[in-house]
Amino acid sequence: MTFNVEAIREDFPILRRQVHGRQLVYLDSANTSQKPNAVINAISDHYRNHNANIHRANHVLGEEATAAYEGAREKVARLINAPASENIVFTRNITEAINLVARTWGAANLHEGDNIVLTQLEHHSNIVPWYILREQNRFEIRFIEVDDRQRLRTEQIRDMVDSRTKLVALNHVSNSMGTINPVEEFIEAAHRVGALCLIDGAQSVPHMPVDVQALDADFYGFTGHKALGPTGVGVLYAKREVLEGMPPFLGGGEMIRRVDFESATWNDIPWKFEAGTPNIADVVGLGAAVDYLEALGLDNVRDHERDLTAYAFDTLRTRFNDLKIYGPNDPDEHAGILSLNFPEIHPHDLGQILDSRGIAVRAGHHCAQPLMRTLGIAGTARASFHVYNTRDEVDAFADGLEAARNYFSDLPMRTVAPTAVPVPAEAQQP
Amino acid sequence: MAIPEPQLDDLYQEIIVDHYRNPRNKGPLPDAMVACQQDNPFCGDEITVELRVEDGVVSDLMWDGRGCSISLSSASMMSDELKGKSVDEALAFAAHFRELMQGKGDQSEWEELGDLEALKGVTKFAVRVKCATLAWATFEEALQQAQAHS
Repeated sequence: MTFNVEAIREDFPILRRQVHGRQLVYLDSANTSQKPNAVINAISDHYRNHNANIHRANHVLGEEATAAYEGAREKVARLINAPASENIVFTRNITEAINLVARTWGAANLHEGDNIVLTQLEHHSNIVPWYILREQNRFEIRFIEVDDRQRLRTEQIRDMVDSRTKLVALNHVSNSMGTINPVEEFIEAAHRVGALCLIDGAQSVPHMPVDVQALDADFYGFTGHKALGPTGVGVLYAKREVLEGMPPFLGGGEMIRRVDFESATWNDIPWKFEAGTPNIADVVGLGAAVDYLEALGLDNVRDHERDLTAYAFDTLRTRFNDLKIYGPNDPDEHAGILSLNFPEIHPHDLGQILDSRGIAVRAGHHCAQPLMRTLGIAGTARASFHVYNTRDEVDAFADGLEAARNYFSDLPMRTVAPTAVPVPAEAQQP
Repeated sequence: MAIPEPQLDDLYQEIIVDHYRNPRNKGPLPDAMVACQQDNPFCGDEITVELRVEDGVVSDLMWDGRGCSISLSSASMMSDELKGKSVDEALAFAAHFRELMQGKGDQSEWEELGDLEALKGVTKFAVRVKCATLAWATFEEALQQAQAHS
């Protein structure tokens, strides 16, 4: 299948929306991606034709729903090349996946005197669960630093990962800076000292080929809603022996084998970690998203976004000499996430001007407050790409940046007060 | 009934940009009685308010921080407005401002707020209301601490 962006855009009904009287330019896919008809229809079809509870309804609908749910697990396993579907645990999102690891594996294995190694590029979801666990388990948390292009300083691995390191955990792609991290080096370093390695793949799985076996990752998580799938579904991959050694997470139905008035025994993996009726319809929707991404080809997706990133670098550097673009200069090391700042314009104000032109970006700290403090900034404006974005949209983004810069530099020069648009009474009501 | 699109010029009035570029009462306050910092977790903006209270009057007030044009201009205008007011007047004014900013109360009373009327347009941009009220919430907390000390 050739990669035809115009044809792809036809699959995403929301891209036809008008915002503030203009064609929507959606550059906020690192926040959440838009959904193709295939996903929307799969969810609708599930509720219209197959809805039943799974694993516990002995009727046709129950069998169909179970087959669809477990079929999605197989699709996810294939997407990241997990050895088997049993390695795949469904969660609400990547945040819950990391919390699951912290509260089960972490609670059982991290103790006073131990340490875990994170990085300055982590999202709050790969920092805070460990802070919470540290309250009880008293281990040390270390952070690998970034260099002046927000790349991880891998030379620090040697000093930070030591014989008391039990876990190394980092993202594959930085959600705030776009850096593609050399996770293989971290996984190897962890294994050299007998530690495990967790990779947060929230910004990688939707955009590039990922092979958890080739990486030899012990844990690998991602979230469905950034991968063209619905909100409310996340994925935790773990090696079989790791999953089998972990105590259960939440207790309830589905996760047990047998319960009596004295005690209970646990179900097999992965169901041991899926207490209660899961998010069946959205798991089915995620399965459709995986089909869609695989039909495009993750190599092609990566090539497309690399092209957009390179084009954006060229365009923005040519048009603006005062625009700071964070992250590596080389598009080979940089995912389709552009974090940037003008010296005199707060990202929040920049985002507002862009929104007024129908361009959706995210402005703020991107759930990476410690990194923003390290960089000495409140935040950035972040444009992020997915399969449906085009060079024309990069141009529209650049036009929006120019308009923002002109807007703020022009404002104090005005000799006439701006015309306040009278607000009708009904618009003033709360 | 179509509600008109909010216009950028409603948001970024000239007075706002002036206060953003030339902030009043910004910096540390020597001999401050209290210093309070609050942040807006949505965008990472931070405002610190330092003040002195003497004989029931906010005798001096300085602020510092980083943020967008809305949050910093609001802080600047607030410092002009509240410095010199009695504690009771200042608290009542802050409560009134926050009420109007949240779209409550008699919206015609914006006209009585001087420069601060320029912030009226923010009420139409829901996510920016917190920007405009950050300094005021920080001020209220600082004043409560100052009173607890005295």
